[in-house]
Amino acid sequence: MTDLADTTAVGAHPGAATHDHTHVTATGISNEKVAMWAFLGSECLLFGGLISTFLLYKDRAADGPVPHELYDIAFTSISSFVLLMSSLTMVLAVSAISRGDDRALRAWLLVTALLGSIFISGQVYEFKEFLNEGLGFTTSPAGSAFFTLTGFHGVHVTIGIVMLISAALLSRSGRITQRNAEAVEIVGLYWHFVDVVWILIFTVVYLIK
Amino acid sequence: MTDATTTDVAITGDHDHEHSHGLDDKGYVKIALWLALITGAEVAWSYLPVWEDASGLTSFAEVAGLLVMMAIKFAVVAGFFMHLRFDNKLLTRLFYSGLVLAVVVYVIVLTTFEFWSS
Amino acid sequence: MSLADGPLALGSGGELTTRPMGVFARPGEAKGWRSWVTTVDHKRIGIMYGAAALVFFVIGGIEAMLIRLQLATPDGKLLSADLYNQVYTMHGTTMIFLVIMPLGAAFMNYLMPLQIGARDVAFPRLNALSFWVFLAGGLVLNSAWLLGGGADGGWFNYAPNNGVRFSPTHGIDFWNLGLLIAGIASLVGAVNLITTVLNMRAPGMTLMKMPVFTWMSLVVQFLLLFAVPVLTAAQFLLMFDRLFDAQFFNTQMGADPLLWEHLFWIFGHPEVYILILPTFGIVSEVIPVFARKPIFGYPFMVFSGIAIGFMGWGVWAHHMFASGVGPISVAAFSISTMFIAVPTGVKVLNWMATMWGGKLTFDAPMLYSIGLVTMFTIGGLSGVTHALAPADTQQTDTYYIVAHFHYVMFGGGLNGFIAGWYFWWPKVFGYRLGERLGKINFWILLVGFNLTFGPMHILGLQGMPRRTYTYRDGYGFNFWNFVSTVGTFIIATSMLIFFANIFLSYRKAKKEQLSVPADPWDARSLEWMVPSPTPAHNFDVIPTVSHLDEFWHRKYGEDEEGRLVRIAATEDVVQKGDGRGVHLPSPSYWPIVMAFGMPWIAYGLIYNLWFCVLGGICVVAAIYGWIMEPATDPDAGHDDHPADHDEPSDASGEAVATEEAALVD
Ligand SMILES: [Cu+2]
Repeated sequence: MTDLADTTAVGAHPGAATHDHTHVTATGISNEKVAMWAFLGSECLLFGGLISTFLLYKDRAADGPVPHELYDIAFTSISSFVLLMSSLTMVLAVSAISRGDDRALRAWLLVTALLGSIFISGQVYEFKEFLNEGLGFTTSPAGSAFFTLTGFHGVHVTIGIVMLISAALLSRSGRITQRNAEAVEIVGLYWHFVDVVWILIFTVVYLIK
Repeated sequence: MTDATTTDVAITGDHDHEHSHGLDDKGYVKIALWLALITGAEVAWSYLPVWEDASGLTSFAEVAGLLVMMAIKFAVVAGFFMHLRFDNKLLTRLFYSGLVLAVVVYVIVLTTFEFWSS
Repeated sequence: MSLADGPLALGSGGELTTRPMGVFARPGEAKGWRSWVTTVDHKRIGIMYGAAALVFFVIGGIEAMLIRLQLATPDGKLLSADLYNQVYTMHGTTMIFLVIMPLGAAFMNYLMPLQIGARDVAFPRLNALSFWVFLAGGLVLNSAWLLGGGADGGWFNYAPNNGVRFSPTHGIDFWNLGLLIAGIASLVGAVNLITTVLNMRAPGMTLMKMPVFTWMSLVVQFLLLFAVPVLTAAQFLLMFDRLFDAQFFNTQMGADPLLWEHLFWIFGHPEVYILILPTFGIVSEVIPVFARKPIFGYPFMVFSGIAIGFMGWGVWAHHMFASGVGPISVAAFSISTMFIAVPTGVKVLNWMATMWGGKLTFDAPMLYSIGLVTMFTIGGLSGVTHALAPADTQQTDTYYIVAHFHYVMFGGGLNGFIAGWYFWWPKVFGYRLGERLGKINFWILLVGFNLTFGPMHILGLQGMPRRTYTYRDGYGFNFWNFVSTVGTFIIATSMLIFFANIFLSYRKAKKEQLSVPADPWDARSLEWMVPSPTPAHNFDVIPTVSHLDEFWHRKYGEDEEGRLVRIAATEDVVQKGDGRGVHLPSPSYWPIVMAFGMPWIAYGLIYNLWFCVLGGICVVAAIYGWIMEPATDPDAGHDDHPADHDEPSDASGEAVATEEAALVD
């Protein structure tokens, strides 16, 4: 703890030169960034609970099918890849605004949102397939756990898409500029987090049998 | 301890990193390519014919390999795309304390359910 | 009483003007109910948390009295078995989530920014949101009484008993959704206050110079940050089971009810420390002041608090020794539970060592603090007895457990909060609570408390089961149950004296035009450096900190022989409250609008999903209104802006940590 006391003593520099709106804080990090990371730390416990629930229940399906019999790994690999690439486009959006390139910012934000939407469409398609094959939300503990975990993640992605589009609109109306580029960075943190959660889910839920 | 050990001037080595705010665009593209590659490797790994004879040891190796690749992907996204490598270490501690806590606690829960023996 | 320029008025930010901002004009009132509804001032939010908690305390107290009246004699007829189940469930839930937790939030909100030398929290509007969302959750929970009855499965609502099959009314749905909403409040508050402690400290205020109360607040907020989402996950599973026919706890489908128990107690044990650590912080502030000595072993105090925070994550299954988790788990959790007594013991010893050799004065705050130390120690010791698994299997589900946690939560928790009320009341409201009534209040409470909960140890060891609505004659339970019921009324009397004290002291102060100085107790930390009641802008100039107990060190030093000598008169050290050119974050409607939408989502999930749409629109609209509205109204009070835009600090040449109280939130 003492080393924490050291790094957080008196005003280090508040990030990059673009943050001229940022007031000096005791740690040198903006409040928004500290808050977002604290929130993401908290989200780990939420998703951890849902992943554990799934692991515990994944084979408890009474007479119905278990999720493992229904996975289409090729399909999910592609949608995972799409989500992974959306992290790249998100980084490029942050990079664009830190250069002050508003048009590129909006372009990359919308591409990111589009990739996210493709992922969500894939999830909707997958859910439909599972329903057709007899695994529903209410069929069994395994079904409930699978749909809850992936559904929670899907809701997070959807909220992220709304945030991305909102950020693009705010940029258009001149409310997000190079001055407050950090707003985009923080939306990006949320988006990347949703991506890393899927990295966990893809391996733990889909690939490990 | 009260007053002596904590000094007011304590801007550490982290400070220099804070100005180099991440990579350039090319660097990010490279990292994304690596991530895609690892994802491909993960899928391929899970289809290796070696795992056909599901003995305890091979299934352990299969799972361990997947988990290692997953952890690498996670750390790369968190470190580079989320800037943890370039930002103040406090943020890393905030996030990873939640993550480590979650892993430890839920592993204990699954252990009490004798999850690993299955 | 000088409320006119006290916490009911917005201080020196200059005149606020309104201008259209979305659908609402920006609120500009400095007084009246509207100023409270739209406030983002951490002090007012703290006061509202406290007031709401007291209202819920009365509700939870009435429930407690109903329980005791039912059990006063064998074969009690006051409550049916069903109603009894609801009453004790709601009593526990209310006291934990709607009384002790918000009381902690009240003290942390009011004091923590002052103790670190800040003008406000990091995100003032989010702070207001926390409060209103908490209130919404509390109302949803308690609205169950009007809509078909409360939850009836105990405050932990174990599966599968919490399923629709065994609890067909909507009581558990209200419990579940009410606490989910309150959980959002806790999470938002945790993010906000953690950011505040890390980022908003005055220059020189390193972590190891923060007062113990602020430290304990930080630990509590971290516990909330990581524990609340575990409960949230569990509650979502329960909600899906109860309202959308999921199968998480349906044992016939192969589900495992222990999953709920694990998730609940992974949250539940850290929750115990969430409840108790704020009062540990409070007495750690009170005892040094009334012993006129610095806290003994400050770093041990801090690190034992952190250690409790860490270890609190590794003991949860001690609540499950009787549930069949297996011998290895039982042994492991039994050992870890015994270990966690160590840092707690360190705290108790440090408080005693602080008092040892001090110039003790026994004002009301000190009495309650000593009450906490002694009563909590009794509760802690009985707690260690159920760390021993074989003893625990005997004690589980008996009144022994009830006795234990009331000694911890009431003897430890509530005593500490009352100590805090008596101690900080002048700082918050500008008048002192009567000392004589305070002492009477304390002794009556102490007697009533021990009469109520002491006998429960005996009853529990005799085998009287908890959560059972009556007992038969001839089991030997009659006498102590009656004593316990009498004790409850004595507690109620003492609380009435407390409320009377508030009223009488207020009237006296108003009639005799009494005012309190900034530092009535000759205290140690920064909140005593500003006038009482605290002006809206807190500090005229942000202090630069060079010591633990900074304020004390500005008043006292040591002579050559190391004796304590006064180096400055208090009047010269304290601030006048006449700061100018301070920007305060502007009030906002959006927090309460967003909180207003949430109960509709809850009712919609229970009754009709269309309500959810309405509530959802309200929440989303509030989010967008919030984003479009700058945290500090650009039209508000720029006239008296200092030319150089730099705020003076009281040590020349040092950087100033906070220029405006808040950034964008
Ligand atoms: Cu416990």
